[in-house]
Amino acid sequence: MSAQRTSPTRAARPETAPPDADAARPVVAVDHVTRRFGQVVALDDVSLRVGAGELVGLLGPNGAGKSTLLSLVSGQRRPDAGTVRLLGGDPRDARSRVGLGLTPQETGLPATLKVREVVDFVGGHYPNPVPTGELLDQFGLADLARRQTGAMSGGQKRRLAVALSLVGRPRVVLLDEPTTGLDVSARQALWDAIRAYHAGGGTVLLTSHYLEEVQALAQRVVVIDQGVVKADDSLDAILRRVSLRRVVVGSPADLSDRPGVVRADRLGDGRQELYTPDADALVRELVTSGVDFHDLEIRGASLEEAFEQMVARGAAPTTEASAR
Amino acid sequence: MTTTTPRAPAAALPGPLRMTWLHLKYQFLETVRVPVAVLGNLLFPALAMFFFVVPQKEVAQDPLAATMAVASLGLFAICSASLFTYGLGVAEDRQLPFDPFVRTLPAGPAPRMAARVLNGGVFSLFGLVPLVLIAWLFTDASVTWGQLLAGVGTVLLVSVPFVLLGMAIGYSLSAKAALPVVQVILFPLAFAGGLFLPPFLFPDWLNTISMATPTRAGRDLLVQALTGEPAYGGAWFVLLGWTVLFAALAVGAYRRDEGRRFR
Repeated sequence: MSAQRTSPTRAARPETAPPDADAARPVVAVDHVTRRFGQVVALDDVSLRVGAGELVGLLGPNGAGKSTLLSLVSGQRRPDAGTVRLLGGDPRDARSRVGLGLTPQETGLPATLKVREVVDFVGGHYPNPVPTGELLDQFGLADLARRQTGAMSGGQKRRLAVALSLVGRPRVVLLDEPTTGLDVSARQALWDAIRAYHAGGGTVLLTSHYLEEVQALAQRVVVIDQGVVKADDSLDAILRRVSLRRVVVGSPADLSDRPGVVRADRLGDGRQELYTPDADALVRELVTSGVDFHDLEIRGASLEEAFEQMVARGAAPTTEASAR
Repeated sequence: MTTTTPRAPAAALPGPLRMTWLHLKYQFLETVRVPVAVLGNLLFPALAMFFFVVPQKEVAQDPLAATMAVASLGLFAICSASLFTYGLGVAEDRQLPFDPFVRTLPAGPAPRMAARVLNGGVFSLFGLVPLVLIAWLFTDASVTWGQLLAGVGTVLLVSVPFVLLGMAIGYSLSAKAALPVVQVILFPLAFAGGLFLPPFLFPDWLNTISMATPTRAGRDLLVQALTGEPAYGGAWFVLLGWTVLFAALAVGAYRRDEGRRFR
């Protein structure tokens, strides 16, 4: 069960959940879910609980199973095994999805419809939608209301996609790579909108393969790789786990088994590349041990690299054995 | 930012009629904004009328034969529009990423399907306008207003099984596979149903097969509405049977379809 995974985050969360009667009930509950596509196991016995008011980042490399998980939560697919509950109901039942908001992929907007028509259409499915003009104003799209979506730029389409996820005043939104391919200012604007929604009490489940994006938004991070949950913890704890230093050094001795080294590679020039959470301790250890070394170089692994290391490292141990 | 404050929805969901109207409105807009598709729908039966009916004096100048020819071509236009728009159109739509998104909105398949059927009927009617105009101007085909109205109503009913068949194909196959399948189904069905050659030229065995097809049932019912020439006894029954079968196939195909397939 994932209950013990969520507890540290709940405690770390700064604001309190809205005092609804059903606030205690998880907004999204995924229980021992397995989903295969032919021979490929996209999700392998995954459990995940998201409580009301959480902002959870779902992180993983391409093909890790993030989008499959979202498609199960939004009722597009059914699991081969296990159960998925959305706001207490079956997500495949339309009534359960009244409180759900989702971003369409930007490439998928109907090209011949005008911006305000798409918003009207999506909003028309909900009992109490945000008025179209208001929503377009909020996302800076008011000037484009009469333009066909096919004529919008990539950034404008992304903004419209996120706006569409919020038109029905949802209690939970699923954002699948919401800012991929955006420039810095457009990305900041969308992040602000997502933060504002969350500040109003909304629950957010966000996927990204950019650690940076998850770092900017999420309080809790779930790392998925090869269909398995590798980590589920507060953002700080995850960052501590992935913030590795990279030490490059030449030496006749094999240094990969030194204390604190979590991963080692041989570089093309014969030097060794060592990843460790504490570079100072490693260097001190090298010096005091008297081992012969030269051409020492230290730098912080980027968050991206660190994350890749974490995923690659996690792939080896026992959790993976059951997947294959 | 107060606008998107999440709150438990107080009001009930929009009703099925409003939802169907919503889908119909935007499906219509999407279709009508692609002028080539609309024009193709309008032009094909009109051209066929000009090439195959107007030049044949013995048909064009005989009120009954001309009216029957219009009915047959009109029905062919409807079958072709329904099968292509829905067989191919749905298959293509399914490959667009907006389709899985729409399926996550809080509405079941019913409003979308109903809207598609209605939209099919609307565009079938559009396709008939030039046909009727040509028949009126260039042939001796004649109907009373009452018959024309009955004809329009019949056309809408007869188009239902073909729209459903189109959707069953569209939700089962990829766009590439749907195209040849639609062609393979449409032309034999049109021929056997007497849409190209009038059924009185058919040998008995072919006539027997013909009467079991939805195209023949539809044609005869349309002819009956327009000319008063009675359709064969089981025509409504045959049409209803195919409608039920195609509806079951369409709903089954929609349920099985989980959007674009992986691998």
